[in-house]
Amino acid sequence: MQKTLNIITENVGQIRPDSVDEYIKIGGFEALKKAITMHPLEVIEEIKKSKLQGRGGAAYPTGIKWEQAYYVDKNPKYIICNADEGEPGTFKDKVILDYLPLRLIEGMTIAAYILKSPKGFIYIRGEYPESQRIVSSAIKEAEKMGYLGDDILGTGFSFHIEVLSGAGAYVCGENSALVESSEGKSGRPRIKPPFIKNSGYLGMPTLVNNVETFACVPYIVKEGGEKFAGYGTEFSGGTKLVCLSGNVKNRGVYEVPFGTTLRELIYDIGGGLPEGRKLKFVQLGGSSGPCIPESMLDIKICYKDLKVKGLTLGSGAILVVDDSNCIIDFLKCITEFFYHESCGKCTPCREGNKQLLALVNKFINGSATYNDLETIKKVGQIMKEAAFCGLGETAATAHLSLIKYFEEEFVEHINKKCRANICNFGGDKDGKR
Amino acid sequence: MVNVKINNIPVSVEEGSTILEAAKKVGVEIPTLCYHEDQSVKANCRICLVEVKGAKGLVTACSTKVTEGMEIYTNTKKARDARKTVLELILASHPMDCLKCIRNQKCELQKYAAEFFIEELPFEITYQMIEKDESSPAIVKDLSKCIKCGRCVEVCQSIQTVGAIAYSHRSDEYRIATLFELPLYETVCVHCGQCSLACPVGAIYEKSEIEKVWRALGDPEMHVIVQTAPAVRVSIGEEFGLEPGSIVTGKMVTALKMLGFDKVFDTDFTADLTIIEEGNEFLQRLEKGGPFPMFTSCSPGWINFVERFYPEFIHNLSTCKSPQQMFGALAKTYYAEKIGIPKEKIFVVSIMPCTAKKYEAAREEMKSSGVRDVDVVLTTRELARMIRESGIDLKKLPESEYDLPFGITSGAGVIFGASGGVMEAAIRTVYEIVTKKELQKLDFKDVRGLEGIKEATVNINGLSIKVAVVNSLGKARELLEKIKKGEADYHFVEVMCCPGGCIGGGGQPIGTVNRVRQERIEAIYEVDRNMPIRQSHKNPVIWTLYEEFLGEPLSEKSHNLLHIGTVH
Ligand SMILES: Cc1cc2nc3c(=O)[nH]c(=O)nc-3n(C[C@H](O)[C@H](O)[C@H](O)COP(=O)(O)O)c2cc1C
Ligand code: SF4
Ligand code: SF4
Ligand code: SF4
Ligand code: SF4
Ligand code: FES
Repeated sequence: MQKTLNIITENVGQIRPDSVDEYIKIGGFEALKKAITMHPLEVIEEIKKSKLQGRGGAAYPTGIKWEQAYYVDKNPKYIICNADEGEPGTFKDKVILDYLPLRLIEGMTIAAYILKSPKGFIYIRGEYPESQRIVSSAIKEAEKMGYLGDDILGTGFSFHIEVLSGAGAYVCGENSALVESSEGKSGRPRIKPPFIKNSGYLGMPTLVNNVETFACVPYIVKEGGEKFAGYGTEFSGGTKLVCLSGNVKNRGVYEVPFGTTLRELIYDIGGGLPEGRKLKFVQLGGSSGPCIPESMLDIKICYKDLKVKGLTLGSGAILVVDDSNCIIDFLKCITEFFYHESCGKCTPCREGNKQLLALVNKFINGSATYNDLETIKKVGQIMKEAAFCGLGETAATAHLSLIKYFEEEFVEHINKKCRANICNFGGDKDGKR
Repeated sequence: MVNVKINNIPVSVEEGSTILEAAKKVGVEIPTLCYHEDQSVKANCRICLVEVKGAKGLVTACSTKVTEGMEIYTNTKKARDARKTVLELILASHPMDCLKCIRNQKCELQKYAAEFFIEELPFEITYQMIEKDESSPAIVKDLSKCIKCGRCVEVCQSIQTVGAIAYSHRSDEYRIATLFELPLYETVCVHCGQCSLACPVGAIYEKSEIEKVWRALGDPEMHVIVQTAPAVRVSIGEEFGLEPGSIVTGKMVTALKMLGFDKVFDTDFTADLTIIEEGNEFLQRLEKGGPFPMFTSCSPGWINFVERFYPEFIHNLSTCKSPQQMFGALAKTYYAEKIGIPKEKIFVVSIMPCTAKKYEAAREEMKSSGVRDVDVVLTTRELARMIRESGIDLKKLPESEYDLPFGITSGAGVIFGASGGVMEAAIRTVYEIVTKKELQKLDFKDVRGLEGIKEATVNINGLSIKVAVVNSLGKARELLEKIKKGEADYHFVEVMCCPGGCIGGGGQPIGTVNRVRQERIEAIYEVDRNMPIRQSHKNPVIWTLYEEFLGEPLSEKSHNLLHIGTVH
């Protein structure tokens, strides 16, 4: 059976990324040409049929998002492509930005055509200057050839795209912070409502989608939503770009159909773990995602199946961690990341991350108590339930899931024992103080 | 109307109401910190968590609108625990210095700490001491106590449009900062103190000068006199548990006498004097043809605003000093001569609803008597503290009269305390001076009230005088922009820096919200209605002053003492 597919990553590396001619040779812009002959609602219907869900992490059904945007009665509408890709362990949008930017541009232009949007932005993270250059060049070429810019394909419809460079904060990927940052303000999430779809960029309706989401659109429009959906499961249509990283032989970005199990991904596609190592856990969706034990690897990559187990796929990062790693040491990195990235606006996240960091450090230096374990749960829970935005809501996901599946290792640390021999408890491994 | 259930009790509330408002209707006060009834919803403190049947997790009551049939539970274990955890998180990074905090017993955070009774914090103490910013003569910023609710930022940026403070940094470092972290005094801050009113805790507050006053009062060599601004008499009662809008003029005078002031005078007197000087200045401008519009100059936050943001309008400001400064100048000249005490031995204290008055009194040009005209400015809150410190319960005091000569005043003087008052007082006088006819109706209701910009046209001897009345600097900015674009052509504009005018000033009791402002406004006009004299030019003591000392309005002496020559 074929394990990986090339629906959206077809021809990666085979064409010059900013060459419109070469893109056309592989079927580029056929979807746009088709879309301009269709009624906007027909296009939206295909997207709905495709069962495409947002690939940025929240997995909101794209067809419904576009339909809502279509019916918002306020103009102009803006389109923003979220290419902030700030989730640690995620580097799949970069593949599209660097190798197939015209597919992204085509997807955005189709959205613009439907919404009569005059202007779009691609917000690319600051750490990707090369991608910014490639995408800018692709935009220029597409404009030159009449697929973008003024009077696209002689329809009289005009759409311009500008590349924005990210401000370097993880939270800028959150859609309202993304809009704030696009407006030149500091990237902090806005209160909702009003929702971005009604009042986004400069207070106007704004459609925000992830790079991969837009990149799926040309295929769906060209080949039909049903065909796209057919690659996936009953509930999750098409394919997903996953980023396999960590203690696995073949790290990298793979396009896999929904329905692939984690075990297939890690062992068949990823080649398994290096010799002599044992898988300890897998973290799904980057630092904000849950950590699950070996016993759960037969779960399918499918939004519904994951949801039933209380899990999420996030952006598609899959981190394999072997038994040479210590859970607490691993958590420390994650906690430091979120502690640093909290925008500071709301209490649970600003103060919660501070507390989590102090708590995790106690486990590392051997001063933790059973009470501290309870406190981690308490803090994690309030963050999950009460934070202002997704960053704070998910910052303790790893903590809570690791406690759920590996509580005994926390207890070992209370007793100053680290299986992986990584934590040295203030230099005294015997635990005598 | 929308029907919902709060803790199983049905209640019907207006559409668009939040859970917080609905709960209030059935007597349930959900804790809040970032919520402020006159501001936009921020939802950043997360202390107002409640459960809603069918909703995913907990929701914030301040930001969630009710929907038909909603079942809200404010009191489940989950909701209570969550609120408590949020409070504990805040306290863990808070100094908890209540005993030596200016907001002790007037602090929203402390109130919840008391209600929730957190005997022991389950968290690591993480607060950082940050050095206080005491650069401003008016307000102190102590960010160690800041809970990052953003209420001060909204006032400063949206209501005042000054923008001296803003959110900066992130994570642990997230704070309310000035541009380039400059000391407040070096920023565009106008010292209005509105941020100190908005702050739920003791992170921004008036700079206290009580000790200087105690020292003077204890010095037998010193003749210590006090003036009280119009707006204080209708607000200070709140500090002693009286309802907003309680009029406590006589009790306040008694309290001041008990504190040991040698004489207790009324700033209303120099408000009357301001009307005579400013009215004549206006008539002079009418003769000379401008410059128009003439702006009032009695609000020091407004003067600061013009100097910082609209220097091109400085010549439009009336040259009159504020009533506070006119009082100081006269106290150390006319009054000093009259009672035969050298000005160096007279100590002038003002009780003001305002923090910017502290800044004003400290200005270089406010030394017309040769020394500093007003020695110390205390806000309403500081005076209340002195009274409490003395064990005096203001509510229970008998009433006393102001001392002479600066105790005879008019209703026109007292309405200076509310937005529109200066304009109304000016009209009451200018009309009669020009037409030489008695006004039939003294009330000009068009210019009263909390609305930001009010306009009116007054017909005086066939001349249509266009006036406008503005309160809050945001509205002032709006009006100035209109004038700049040529979209407005007023003759006379009253501007008060603070929302509602002085009754809403930055030195007024904590809890000054628009609802309370409205009550105080009504009280001010009640005082006016009950005054035997209601027009400044009918105050006989004003004319004695001119006869004995100043000569005539706009005389050279007036100019030297009561006006600003070169500065604006
Ligand atoms: C803290 C945080 C960071 C996020 N970062 C990204 C990101 O880097 N890229 C992205 O596409 N979506 C990110 N998202 C999700 C976006 O808010 C939004 O849901 C998404 O861009 C919508 O596009 P989609 O529907 O195509 O997924 C982030 C969300 C949160 C809460
Ligand atoms: S959860 Fe709160 S503090 Fe954290 S990033 Fe979001 S808004 Fe900022
Ligand atoms: S701000 Fe409030 S809680 Fe904090 S020390 Fe002052 S009174 Fe206490
Ligand atoms: S005193 Fe007024 S101008 Fe200064 S920071 Fe506070 S609100 Fe802003
Ligand atoms: S200074 Fe006061 S009002 Fe401003 S954010 Fe801090 S706590 Fe809130
Ligand atoms: S009062 Fe509701 S979040 Fe602060």
